[in-house]
Amino acid sequence: MKKIYLDNAATTPTDARVLEAMLPFFSQMYGNPSSLHAFGQEAKHAIEEARYIVAQFIGAKQEEIVFTSGGTESNNTAIKGVAYARREKGNHIITSKIEHHAVMEPCHFLEKQGFEVTYIPVDEFGLVDPADVKKAISGKTILISIIQANNEIGTIEPIAEIGKIARREGVYFHTDAVQTLGHVPVNVSELNVDILSASGHKLYGPKGVGILYVRKGIRMLPFMHGGDQEQGRRASTHNVPGIVGFGKAVELAKDEMANEIEQLTLLRDKMIKGILDSIEYARLNGHPQERLPNNVNVSISYVEGESMLLNLDMEGIACSTGSACTSSSLEPSHVLAAIGLSHELAHGSLRFTLGRLTSEEDIDYVLTRLPVIVRKLRAMSPLYKKEVK
Amino acid sequence: MEYSEKVMEHFRNPRNVGEIENPDGVGRVGNPVCGDIMELYIKVKDGVITDARFKTFGCGAAIATSSMVTELVKNKTIDDALKISNRAVADALGGLPPIKMHCSLLAEEALKKALDDYRGRTSIPASGKPVRKLQMG
Repeated sequence: MKKIYLDNAATTPTDARVLEAMLPFFSQMYGNPSSLHAFGQEAKHAIEEARYIVAQFIGAKQEEIVFTSGGTESNNTAIKGVAYARREKGNHIITSKIEHHAVMEPCHFLEKQGFEVTYIPVDEFGLVDPADVKKAISGKTILISIIQANNEIGTIEPIAEIGKIARREGVYFHTDAVQTLGHVPVNVSELNVDILSASGHKLYGPKGVGILYVRKGIRMLPFMHGGDQEQGRRASTHNVPGIVGFGKAVELAKDEMANEIEQLTLLRDKMIKGILDSIEYARLNGHPQERLPNNVNVSISYVEGESMLLNLDMEGIACSTGSACTSSSLEPSHVLAAIGLSHELAHGSLRFTLGRLTSEEDIDYVLTRLPVIVRKLRAMSPLYKKEVK
Repeated sequence: MEYSEKVMEHFRNPRNVGEIENPDGVGRVGNPVCGDIMELYIKVKDGVITDARFKTFGCGAAIATSSMVTELVKNKTIDDALKISNRAVADALGGLPPIKMHCSLLAEEALKKALDDYRGRTSIPASGKPVRKLQMG
């Protein structure tokens, strides 16, 4: 059976060239970068080279890049690290209603610790209005954290504009760039961000490695205490193969991103149009233009997401859904709720995220299978009968 | 979370999908937990359920439990059908992931409602043989 992977926002395959770059660092160049001997220095050299590549790519200085274990750690460090470092200045944090759990949950945690958090709403396309952020700033605001592009609906936020406001007000500004690094241009100066999180496995790198960009002069407590790795900003022996892989993944992105954006945007728009043309009562979620090149998110009325997902899976097609049925909390996606979708429409959402390996044939295949699946499930749906007939 | 083979089999090939014209009982329930909706139709003759059909808006587990409950009630007396619990439906499917147990509750509730509806439409004399209520109007 044909196998089509359209869940690249969940994770991407590690690029063969990345894996090749990583392999020597398991059993040949296995030194600890903190060691003074040649074994250690060889590994040290490798991670510093990766740091240089990453720094160059996002317009940062080398010493502003901290390697972590992934996006979740980077986000946790950013939110809690700033909150505790700046506690004496204030206890107010501003974020949005469509953050990834790795930002939202640290904020919920801090609320229990006496911090106040404002969750900025978004419009029907998932856009944060910078004016709303500005209005929410008070004398006690110490941090603003807004996702650069949402992982579910792909909407790209006006980060540069929000960053300008934050800087003017003297408030630290963090962005979760897990979905954007390597997929759309990310430059910390142009975006006016002070802190930025990204993850290796979302850009064809390995799992278990991430970065935190911390602008020089930004005060932040470490999350991991221990050795003095990463200038005391993140203890723990370096994940050398992972860091090397991250560097290689970024190097590849530097060469291939522009081309990929063009290719994927064409495929994305073909897929969106194909779904909306062939399936009645379907809608696009997220912004039609301010959108990640690889994100297709649709709601299909009268059918439930997990049922569609399982049927697609039986046809070899992998995607994801914001349906309550697939979440462990049985709550529908908070992102889909934030853009105003009814419970039922959130229930019937599907996310397809394209990638480096996606071909036009893959999209054509999905476009032939999905309408058949929807028809089958609608024939079974008590809602379809009532609303449509 | 993983579904049993049996759940997937019923999800792939659900039994008794659809409606019954002039049913003797209908149970329509919505699940407040996750928003699934199920409709169960039954046909009864001489106190025995001769046909059962369903329509469901919901996840894999909701569809599989709907399918299974229609299979379980067929050819059962009303009294026996009333004894079918959500646990029995889940067990017949080789179990459900804990987080999906509420789907089996949906099936049980739909069945109970359909049976209530049936009993509301009929009066059951001591003989146990149901007699159709006169349709007024």
